[in-house]
Amino acid sequence: MLTALAILIDGLVYSSWLFIVAVGLSLIFGVMKILNVAHGSLYAFGAYGAATMVGIYFDAGWAPLGSFAMLLLAALVMGAILGIVLERGLLRFVYGRDEVIIVLVTYAAFLILEDVIKLIWGVDPYYAAQLYGLLGMTEISLLVFSNYDLALIGLALFIGGSLWLAINRTRWGKLLLAVIHDREMSQAFGINVTRVYTVTFVLGAVLGALGGAFTAPMISVTPGIGVEVIILAFAVVVIGGMGSVPGAVIGSLIVGLSRAAAVHLLPEIELFVIYGVMSLVLIVRPQGLFGKTAEKRI
Amino acid sequence: MIEKDKTLRTLAIAVAIFAVAGFFLPQWAVFMLTLALAKGLVVLGLLILWRTGLLSFGHALFYCTGGYAVGLAGLWGLTDVVALIALGTVASILLAFALGFLITRYREIYFAMLSMAFSMILYGVLVKSEVLGSTDGFNISPPTFLGVKLEGESLTLGNYLVTCLLVWAAGWGVHRYLQSTMGHMSIGIRDNEIRVEYLGVSVRRVIHVKYVIAAALAGAGGAISAMVVGHIDPDSMAYWTVSGEFVFVTILAGTGSVVAPFLGSIVFELVRTYAFQYTPYTWQLILGSTLLLLILILPDGLWSLFTRRKARV
Repeated sequence: MLTALAILIDGLVYSSWLFIVAVGLSLIFGVMKILNVAHGSLYAFGAYGAATMVGIYFDAGWAPLGSFAMLLLAALVMGAILGIVLERGLLRFVYGRDEVIIVLVTYAAFLILEDVIKLIWGVDPYYAAQLYGLLGMTEISLLVFSNYDLALIGLALFIGGSLWLAINRTRWGKLLLAVIHDREMSQAFGINVTRVYTVTFVLGAVLGALGGAFTAPMISVTPGIGVEVIILAFAVVVIGGMGSVPGAVIGSLIVGLSRAAAVHLLPEIELFVIYGVMSLVLIVRPQGLFGKTAEKRI
Repeated sequence: MIEKDKTLRTLAIAVAIFAVAGFFLPQWAVFMLTLALAKGLVVLGLLILWRTGLLSFGHALFYCTGGYAVGLAGLWGLTDVVALIALGTVASILLAFALGFLITRYREIYFAMLSMAFSMILYGVLVKSEVLGSTDGFNISPPTFLGVKLEGESLTLGNYLVTCLLVWAAGWGVHRYLQSTMGHMSIGIRDNEIRVEYLGVSVRRVIHVKYVIAAALAGAGGAISAMVVGHIDPDSMAYWTVSGEFVFVTILAGTGSVVAPFLGSIVFELVRTYAFQYTPYTWQLILGSTLLLLILILPDGLWSLFTRRKARV
């Protein structure tokens, strides 16, 4: 019973984290059909930015709780700068090329950004652990959880909810849906597709950086943290269906809960289980649980 | 006028020059070349798939299978170089034959993703298997050549010559294959699969064969790498970055010729070695920029430098 509860709560925390990290990737793929390998770098930049700014904040001696604003600020700044640089400076030159080639372009960007991180922050680890303890602990029937972890669930709900509202209930969301449905037709109707692309990419980038920023207090921020995150996010997005926000929710729940179950019950298959589920979903439903099939061209 | 196909001649001459050069080059260079050629074999396999429009983002699966097959056989006392390479190749072929029934249903990004998922499963299994040393991997004793035990420089040279021979054989075979009807089907499938089906060809079967060939080459490459390095571990053989590297070299080399993968692989290994030596913090930056420039300026890879001028004449 206790194990089941532990699996459930650990799984939910891990799912929330996965969702925050992966939703930006899914959004970008949905609108632009770009599988953005550089998403891992955005995550890493978000984490480094957050660790740096939290450090500065605490050195200045301001009210500790305000440091959470630093996480948000770091994500916004890093995501916006990198998003614009990547989209305007690089990706727009390869639109229309083969999808797989665009993946390689983002892979190249990822390689470059990995070293840019080392050039800016060096190779020593950074910490933002002060934040992690700030919120205290909660005891749920003998199990102790960090409130920070539990707050992640709230954050994921908030992000998912606002995205859903933004896409389905605003003018901008309608434009986005039109572009997703038929890019050329919406251009013909006078939608500025170029701008929709830029806005989407920057939004996706900010979400990626946000994932990193809110992870920073839980880990030691070192070079290479982005590498692992990319494929985890890929797994989530592939399982849910590439480009679908509800899919990203389901994908992160499946991955998060099955990994938590594996960690508690059979630690040997912890890594295996994620990609096992991913392969299984791809085999049964290649387009993912929420994805749409593309028609074949003759 | 149809130009005479000189690829096989170029291949034979190039391999012969490289093999002879092995006797004069310093040991580190021979070692590096062996590794580069072994990885070139993997890339040669990816070339076959890429010509069909398929990019495997998980080819490290077979590279690793080949490597670990050699490692396991070494634990049981098998050391003959030919037997080991054959074993690594066969192991990969069997795996690819089985997986092929699934993976040939997928195209484009789904093909890339599913192959990546498969390779990460292997990675996940290896990292957690303590018998195989989990993340540390284990050492492999040096191979013997027809019962002869070599040491030091002659061992490096022996490995190198065997690799050269294999490169020649693989290049020859793949070139002949690409010139066959099955091989020519590649571009048709890439351009329009349904029309190829209308011609009465099973596209899935064609891709299945290509997948198995690509896996066999990757298995052989992995087997050689494992023997040459003398050590195998999941991070350097099965992680997704390894697959990424192979894809990188495939794009770098271009699909113009069976010689291209080996050229690309050697260039890649040189760039990486020197970049790593002189600028340890920015070698990935250099690689990434190279890849970007290539995609933007030379979309058909390095090999197009040789063919472009000819086309103009």
